[in-house]
Amino acid sequence: MPTLPVPTFTQVVFVLIAAFTVISGLGVVVARNLFHSALLLAATFFGVAGLYVMLEAEFLAVTQILIYVGAVATLITFAIMLTRGAMHGETNPLNRQWGKAALFAFLFLVGLLGYLGGIPWPAPFQAIQADEGLIARLGEQLVTRYMVSLEVMGLLLMVALVGAILLARDDKP
Amino acid sequence: MDWLNLLVYPAVRVLVLFFVLLTGFAYLTWYERKLLARFQVRYGPNRAGRFGLLQPLADAIKALFKEEIVPDHVDRPVYLLAPALAIVPALIIWAVIPVAKDFPAVADVPIGILWILAVAGIEGYGVILAGWSSNNNYSLLGALRSSAQMISYELPLGIFLVSILVLAGTFSLVELVEMSRPWWEWLWLWLVFPLFFICILAETNRSPFDLPETENELVAGFQTEYGGMKFALFFMAEYINMITTSAIMATLFFGGWKGPFADQYVWLGPVYLFIKVVALLFLFIWVRASVSRPRWDQLMRFSWQFLLPVSLMHLMGSAVFTVFLK
Amino acid sequence: MAESYLPLLILIVLALGFGAVVLVLPALLGPREINKQKMQPYESGIIPFTSPRRRFPVKYYLVAMLFLVFDVEVIFLYPWAAVLRDMGVFALVAMAPFLLVLVLGFVYELKKGALHWR
Repeated sequence: MPTLPVPTFTQVVFVLIAAFTVISGLGVVVARNLFHSALLLAATFFGVAGLYVMLEAEFLAVTQILIYVGAVATLITFAIMLTRGAMHGETNPLNRQWGKAALFAFLFLVGLLGYLGGIPWPAPFQAIQADEGLIARLGEQLVTRYMVSLEVMGLLLMVALVGAILLARDDKP
Repeated sequence: MDWLNLLVYPAVRVLVLFFVLLTGFAYLTWYERKLLARFQVRYGPNRAGRFGLLQPLADAIKALFKEEIVPDHVDRPVYLLAPALAIVPALIIWAVIPVAKDFPAVADVPIGILWILAVAGIEGYGVILAGWSSNNNYSLLGALRSSAQMISYELPLGIFLVSILVLAGTFSLVELVEMSRPWWEWLWLWLVFPLFFICILAETNRSPFDLPETENELVAGFQTEYGGMKFALFFMAEYINMITTSAIMATLFFGGWKGPFADQYVWLGPVYLFIKVVALLFLFIWVRASVSRPRWDQLMRFSWQFLLPVSLMHLMGSAVFTVFLK
Repeated sequence: MAESYLPLLILIVLALGFGAVVLVLPALLGPREINKQKMQPYESGIIPFTSPRRRFPVKYYLVAMLFLVFDVEVIFLYPWAAVLRDMGVFALVAMAPFLLVLVLGFVYELKKGALHWR
């Protein structure tokens, strides 16, 4: 009888984090209460941050927590709290078209898997020492190679800022 | 795979940390009540044990044997989750703070300062959850105020952290404490310490920034519908946050565990850190005893129109100093 | 090494566990005498006549949106801060337009009085 391979510790942790992410992700779409969906979305973001850590991309993980869990999800909960009807009422996540939607989602998944399976993934490069040198290298790239992108991003963010202010202005004196 | 090193050793360290923090929390309540009493020319707790030293124990036992009430109108799962989520950030932010030479509380991860920022970012969740799930006018208003206040003050806080990072050039708090700094750098840092402290006061919802729980307009804000141990958890979160942020300020601005002979005798490190934390906690309580609450619009204006530009200016100053003087 | 973050995971799990234990304990220890009054929303002794299901001023939402924008900008400063000392003047100059745009947006917000609470 062939012995089953014993999973390494990292694999166990990965499966736990991935399961957490997937389950809370599922919760987002099946929860009947909008606020619960928003909270589960925050949990999903958190799980994704965990996956980033496992990929040794800790800066990305921090960004994920800071921006998605800390700001975007808060924004969504605010939006829910600001609207009257959606706040406490139960909504049905299924509408008349759920069958067709499920079919297309499934087809899309199959297509995506087929496409991703065909890509010749590069073998891992040399192991990168994940010390703070990694973040420093990111900073170096940011101001050299991606400098133009950085400045454009600044402009984009300013446009977002102006848009936000105009959107939420009150015309009353 | 060495399970002992990988799991058991960190877990023991975490449990020791929790024990210290909970004891610290218990005696911080005593410390605050005693100090407030002294500020108001009273005695404060003095019945349970000598100097009322057993008072925290009595309070803990009382909270444990309280009736567990979950009102009918609340959203049960979220209502119960909120206090548990409130306590988590307060406990986990400690992980990267060094308590002695080369010895962080739990682990020296390469992202040090960013961990603090990330955890501070999720701090608001307990409050939002509590306010929404309670289904009470006061709770919801308190939660909205609290989260708006927290994110408004998190921004200058984050920029001050970048400023400190620029000067230090390292994300690791362990290295940050150990490096030697020129005198002008200390002065430049201390210049903004009062503003940093104000941000911290707002982040921890401490008086005079306790608008989310102003008793004369919002009863108890987001915690109105909570009682017994669930209320105690929110209380615990606030006080442990005070201890934690004091330790962070001690580490960033006052050299953390450093002090005379702390390099030779490692056990002196925690002692110095403890002294610094107690001194900063005194500041928290002193402010509570003497400063009155601002109005809500003043609170928001202060962050967005004063703290934010000042923190940006400090950041630019730090950047210029670092480039030209270091 | 991803393993160096394992203590943090343990910390998070134990902290959540602590919260759960503290929540469960009083349910086992405390008395249970439930009556109708205890189950009502607290509104300073009166029966609530407004529901909390109301709409809130959009200003709160604006605060969250502005926070999001500035938060994204600040996150870009972190990697930059890490290399500033080694790269010197060049990094400083490269970041200047980004910061300038940030300040411009901020000035616009001030001039518009976007966060002026009335």
